[in-house]
Amino acid sequence: MKSNVKNFKAAALKSSSDLTRRRLILNALRNFEVTRNQKQALFQDWGAARELAAAKKWDAILNLDKNIELFTKKLESNGAKVHWAKDAESARSIILQIIREKKAKLIVKSKSMTSEEIHLNDTLTRAGFDTLETDLGEFIVQLRGEGPFHIVFPAMHLTRGEIRELFQSKLGDAPSDDPEALTMVARRFLREKYIKADIGITGANFAVAETGMISITENEGNARLVSALPRTMITLVGIEKIIPRLDDLALFLPMLATAGAGQLISCYNTLYSGPRRPDEPDGPSEHHVILLDNGRTKVLADPVARDLLRCIRCGNCLNVCPVFRNIGGHSYGAAYCGPIGSVLMPIIAGIEQWYHLSYASSLCGACTEACPVKIDLHHHLLKNRRTAAKTIPVWWQKLAFKIFNLFACSPVLWRLMSKSGWFLQFFYVWSVKGTCLDPAYPWTKTRELPPIAKETFREWYKKHE
Amino acid sequence: MNYHRSQKKLFVNGIKNMNDKDHILNSIIDALKRKDKLQASDSALLKPIDQVLPSVPSEPEALIEMFRKNSDSLKAEFYIAKSKADAKDYLIHLKNQESWKKIASHKGSIVRQIIEPLDLPLYWTDDGYDVHELAKCDAGITECDALVAQTGSIMLTSRTAGGRALSVLPPHHIVIATRSQLVPDLPTALQIVRQRFSNNYPSMISFITGPSRTGDIERILVYGAHGPVKLTIIMIWNDQG
Amino acid sequence: MHVKLFIPCFVDLFYPETGKAMYKILKRLGLDVEVIESPACCGQPAFNTGYWDDAKVAAGKLLMQMRGADAVVIGSGSCGAMVKVFYPELFMGTEFEPIAKEVSPVCFEFCSFLVDKLGVTDLGARFPHKVTYHDGCHSLREMHIKEAPRLLLAKVRDLEFIEMKETVCCGFGGTFSAKFPMISTAMDEVKCELAIQTGAEFVVSSDSSCLMQIQGIADRKKLPLKTIHLAEILNMQ
Repeated sequence: MKSNVKNFKAAALKSSSDLTRRRLILNALRNFEVTRNQKQALFQDWGAARELAAAKKWDAILNLDKNIELFTKKLESNGAKVHWAKDAESARSIILQIIREKKAKLIVKSKSMTSEEIHLNDTLTRAGFDTLETDLGEFIVQLRGEGPFHIVFPAMHLTRGEIRELFQSKLGDAPSDDPEALTMVARRFLREKYIKADIGITGANFAVAETGMISITENEGNARLVSALPRTMITLVGIEKIIPRLDDLALFLPMLATAGAGQLISCYNTLYSGPRRPDEPDGPSEHHVILLDNGRTKVLADPVARDLLRCIRCGNCLNVCPVFRNIGGHSYGAAYCGPIGSVLMPIIAGIEQWYHLSYASSLCGACTEACPVKIDLHHHLLKNRRTAAKTIPVWWQKLAFKIFNLFACSPVLWRLMSKSGWFLQFFYVWSVKGTCLDPAYPWTKTRELPPIAKETFREWYKKHE
Repeated sequence: MNYHRSQKKLFVNGIKNMNDKDHILNSIIDALKRKDKLQASDSALLKPIDQVLPSVPSEPEALIEMFRKNSDSLKAEFYIAKSKADAKDYLIHLKNQESWKKIASHKGSIVRQIIEPLDLPLYWTDDGYDVHELAKCDAGITECDALVAQTGSIMLTSRTAGGRALSVLPPHHIVIATRSQLVPDLPTALQIVRQRFSNNYPSMISFITGPSRTGDIERILVYGAHGPVKLTIIMIWNDQG
Repeated sequence: MHVKLFIPCFVDLFYPETGKAMYKILKRLGLDVEVIESPACCGQPAFNTGYWDDAKVAAGKLLMQMRGADAVVIGSGSCGAMVKVFYPELFMGTEFEPIAKEVSPVCFEFCSFLVDKLGVTDLGARFPHKVTYHDGCHSLREMHIKEAPRLLLAKVRDLEFIEMKETVCCGFGGTFSAKFPMISTAMDEVKCELAIQTGAEFVVSSDSSCLMQIQGIADRKKLPLKTIHLAEILNMQ
């Protein structure tokens, strides 16, 4: 879709021109790398941990058929209600139906990238339901009417001053721009909401088949409250999150925290196995768990793409990606941004609409190096490009490569090209260079080009051979 | 994300949902029939988990030190009480220091013994509670199921710690633990979960590591978010006295 | 030892001095050097853009030229990665696949050839300047070359070496630099800032394309940075 590409390029240009914002993000991510590396060093063998985590997730995927049935069985025997949603619309209508049945007025949400994926908030708002994000970062971007900037740190693009102004204008409560004080503003505002809310909606980081539990990782305690106080709990979970054994969490929880947040372990890692039990004093009396496909089985069916299902949504690929660092999450225009988004979106949401994301990369491989479950992300970008070239080839690009091949494969033509290039470049420099007629304008707009040498290497070699 | 798909509206939502289940299950089974690149990993080449996670010492004193170090770095307070009496005294000290007016707890066998002499209005959650009253409490005191040295974490459950909200709603969470509850690492703690609860799991099992925090503003770590702003762990050395 | 030397297209056209330096060094070391005259390109631009069939045209010809040597020395990390790492995938399922797999193990990027194959780190070079080193991403992450260039620089007389604070892509990325110039330029700016912070006069690399990117911005913005290929330093007595 041409407009997606245009929008992306316009957004990327705007973001990369905002030097102050770029500096803020670069500094934040550089500081993060320091703490992340410190925590990685605590592991006896981070490299081996990645191998093990990749293997465990891979085995989970290989046995998804068994695991999903066991998970469902266990969860249902714990009293939860399991729903199946083959796509975004299905998930949205299931959630709407539950909300309507419960006659809910106020809904509180903890962080859920799957809910971003299915555009849940817009749907609920349009249907007239008051839906509040409770994770501080999500709360902030919700007040701004934006999506998350980063899949783990949704508001990292904002300065404390901007957040203070936001809280002042939307909440009337912002005594200072000190991050601690601002956090307390959100705490004060949301406290009442947890208590009043009829429904709590959560995501899940993992889903344990053996025991029928969902696992939620967080630092703020908002998910703990969202899962404790409202009478009805809804959890939206992608089917690729299902792992076979409880024991696996001993590896995944520290790795998720280390790679994603630069902490050995997050503050709250909580397992929920259905609604409150008869001998418990609180908790939701109903727990609905929605298993979401929305393209995941499509990825599973693709031998080349299926290791993408190993992703644990830690966001580390975003942290290290120089493209993300310079253009930010909003430029991608998609629920998932950064390298994982650039790989996934063309596959699950259509190569025609999203192919440009797979091209918007220098293939540096920093993402692959950073991924705790060893997904070969940058090679996936190459594979997506191959799919794009097959499905939506660009005629003039193909022609250009064919012509280049002619010159590159013939010593005579190559010499002709280099000699005429050397000759013509004098005219080029004086006439079209830097103008809109310049064929190298994408380069020369911001960078100088080296001259074509009077005597190329091959010409020199022929003379001196 | 099927932007271009139009869904046929089926008359009965139940049938629609059943279709989705079959659809997903069949898709998974079909997908897994494509055997290319589906080989399982060679487990012989992988290091076991206890050789990749942060190492833990075996001596009890060293484990306690590890737990202390981890709690300290996360701004949790860790106090070793010689006995239940000492724990009682420490709670009195906290009450005075923090100017508690009302605290909440549950009737766990150990915690009950320690907090009853506190001479404070006590709010028990065991038989249900008014959440507004709980929200007014200055502190929530709970027992726990384990302390994990490797990470400085507390493991507790909705069954054994007075419900889901007691350990997260009041601004100060105090955990009463015993020395025997200290385990070396996460794998051990998860084994305890399985052994202790096997077929009758509590609806919530939580690993708590430090007071609540957030890094959402400029990625600067701030302690005290929606959960407790303060976390105190009192480990009773000799819980017989 | 019979080596075949492949000087990639942009080195041939824009940086012939780099190619000359590589050739001269190999000759000085007493090797039997055969320069691959044609094709001039390894097929990476078409491959990276997704047009694998078009990439195979030049790549197939180059592959055939590379057979039969004790070692194939490639004058850039990105082209080296293309041949060593990606040719086996590009030609998978074709008659070229076994050839690609035969050539791959004997392929070396130039600096890695000197150090890892020949065990040579001291070429008697002298370069009395302060330099920093840029690791091209293909060299670093596809060919796993990190130590070799540093070992070579350590033996250059009167050279002062300072490491940049961060290892990050320069933003070239082949056609990416023209398709998404705003992003490429932004990444380039970050790279140049890191280089300037070291106080180095020269940015050195074993990837001419990266040097082209860095020098491109340095010249446009009149930054106090010069670029030079490691081979040219090693050729300076």
